[in-house]
Amino acid sequence: MHHNPIKFGGALRRSLAAIAFMSAAVAFAQTTILNVSYDVSRELYKDINPAFSAQWKAKGGEAVTVNQSHGGSSKQAMSVAAGLEADVITMNQSPDIDILVERGGLVAADWRKKFPYDATPYTTTSVFLVRKGNPKNIKDWDDLAKPGTQVIVPNPKTSGNGRYTYLAAWGYALDKTGSEAGARDFVQRLFANVPVLDGGGRGATTTFTQRDVGDVLVTFENEAILIAKELGGAKFDIVYPSLSIDAAAPVALVQKVTDKRKTTKVAEAYLAFLYSPEGQEIIASHNFRPRDANVLRKHAAKYPTIRTFTVEQKLGGWAAVQKTHFADGATYDQIILKR
Amino acid sequence: MSSARTFRVLPGFNLTLGYTLAYLSLIILVPLAAVFLKTASLSFEQFWAIVTAERVVASYKLSFGASLLAAAINAVFGLMLAWVLVRYSFPGKKLIDALVDLPFALPTAVAGIALTALYARNGWLGQYLEPLGIQVAFKPLGVLVALVFIGLPFVVRTVQPILEDLDTELEEAAASLGAQRWQIFRHVILPILLPALLTGFALAFARAVGEYGSVIFIAGNLPMVSEITPLMIITKLEQYDYTGATAIASVMLVFSFTLLLIINGLQAWTAKRTGRDR
Repeated sequence: MHHNPIKFGGALRRSLAAIAFMSAAVAFAQTTILNVSYDVSRELYKDINPAFSAQWKAKGGEAVTVNQSHGGSSKQAMSVAAGLEADVITMNQSPDIDILVERGGLVAADWRKKFPYDATPYTTTSVFLVRKGNPKNIKDWDDLAKPGTQVIVPNPKTSGNGRYTYLAAWGYALDKTGSEAGARDFVQRLFANVPVLDGGGRGATTTFTQRDVGDVLVTFENEAILIAKELGGAKFDIVYPSLSIDAAAPVALVQKVTDKRKTTKVAEAYLAFLYSPEGQEIIASHNFRPRDANVLRKHAAKYPTIRTFTVEQKLGGWAAVQKTHFADGATYDQIILKR
Repeated sequence: MSSARTFRVLPGFNLTLGYTLAYLSLIILVPLAAVFLKTASLSFEQFWAIVTAERVVASYKLSFGASLLAAAINAVFGLMLAWVLVRYSFPGKKLIDALVDLPFALPTAVAGIALTALYARNGWLGQYLEPLGIQVAFKPLGVLVALVFIGLPFVVRTVQPILEDLDTELEEAAASLGAQRWQIFRHVILPILLPALLTGFALAFARAVGEYGSVIFIAGNLPMVSEITPLMIITKLEQYDYTGATAIASVMLVFSFTLLLIINGLQAWTAKRTGRDR
């Protein structure tokens, strides 16, 4: 072209440039990563993904599209185990990531060590939502186990949210009574007050808020804040118990997939972005508790201080909990059959 | 079998039979075989412990009991509906005819949520029923309501064409011979309709047994009270227990298959008895 004396018309040149640009865009758009996640993180990642793409590009990276897939957490993990090509997996309880270590070594066994805070960029906790003015005067876990109180909890067998509630109650009673037997008795009395076991957290929310069933809903703080906000705080109050559980949300690279798809670098950057001040700010805007101290301080009004324990500290880790509490025929099954 | 070769008027018997078997295998038998194969990795003791667990047995009772009852209710009221749609003409008939198919088209989760909203204590119907001591939502009764809803089209759509073919002359002849209305229904109409009615019943039943989406929202899902068998399967899957899930699934399949076989046998028997044997 250089040697050609003929000058292109402006319009032609522009359109050629446009074509060149578009084909470059097509070439770049080849980079996509898939984030397979649980149910209620849908809105969070809808905000995280474009923010990450913009930041990645600003740092000189290629255009990257993050696709997301959401559903019940165990179902999502099973899809990945069965071959759904997820680059990263973001869950609300670690057993759903551990299963990918066990099944086919898709995730590295030391995934907890790859990112800060045991690879959990944010956390939440189980709190109570009661009807406006707290007519049943519910202050702490003890009030949930009293006869005549109706408690709405999602099914611990099918929902991470329900499992955390069960464990929070167990941990509280363990401290109070000082014995496993005491904890068991307490949790049994609490679950005797449960009139409906919905499949997931959102179902329980609907039962409590729309169907008018129950005196108290035990659910994640982010869900409780969302309900209170959506309904203008006119119908419900949030009550913080004296002790609850730390429900940290773990994330991991699906190494086997990223190696194959050559997306390891961008997928790692994506997860790291969750810890950046910008990512933490988005996390806080979705009512999860950010890890970043500065961001947390900024939103302190939304997150009252609450004493929490982790599954690892008090209950010997998820593997033990799964075996003694949630496996078929284990403690939860025994309790629920005697209710 | 005695003669070497049966003469067939229609050509292509081997081809069509081969096609039928291959297609059936691909679409139905292979997936079902996979269920049984997965189950076969259990020892018999393990299998038995899973499928006879207290909670699972309670769920069989609810699932099969409610499904049979729902199919029976649908058989009665579906027949009435089909009768009205065929025998009478009234304004809006076409519309009602189309409405019958809606439970087919609606995503079952939507049906479940709508029914729950309706029957909850603050719902349109629930607010009047609850003072009377009738609780539907989050009780086994709710399961029945959902199953009746999804099963209705099966009975109506199987009975309707037979009713349309039914000559009114038969009834007129019976009447002219002095039969009462009930006698006409009992001895003329019902025998002709019975095979189709049984088919509709079987289809509605089969659909109800496997139903998950609509029931799960209205059931309440309390162990020993309102857990359906498909929920027990989902629960196992949520715990990554594939084999446990397929064990229960295979029991369901055997149950359902046996019941369908009985109903089909009954249907063949009634068809023969009423001289409509093919």
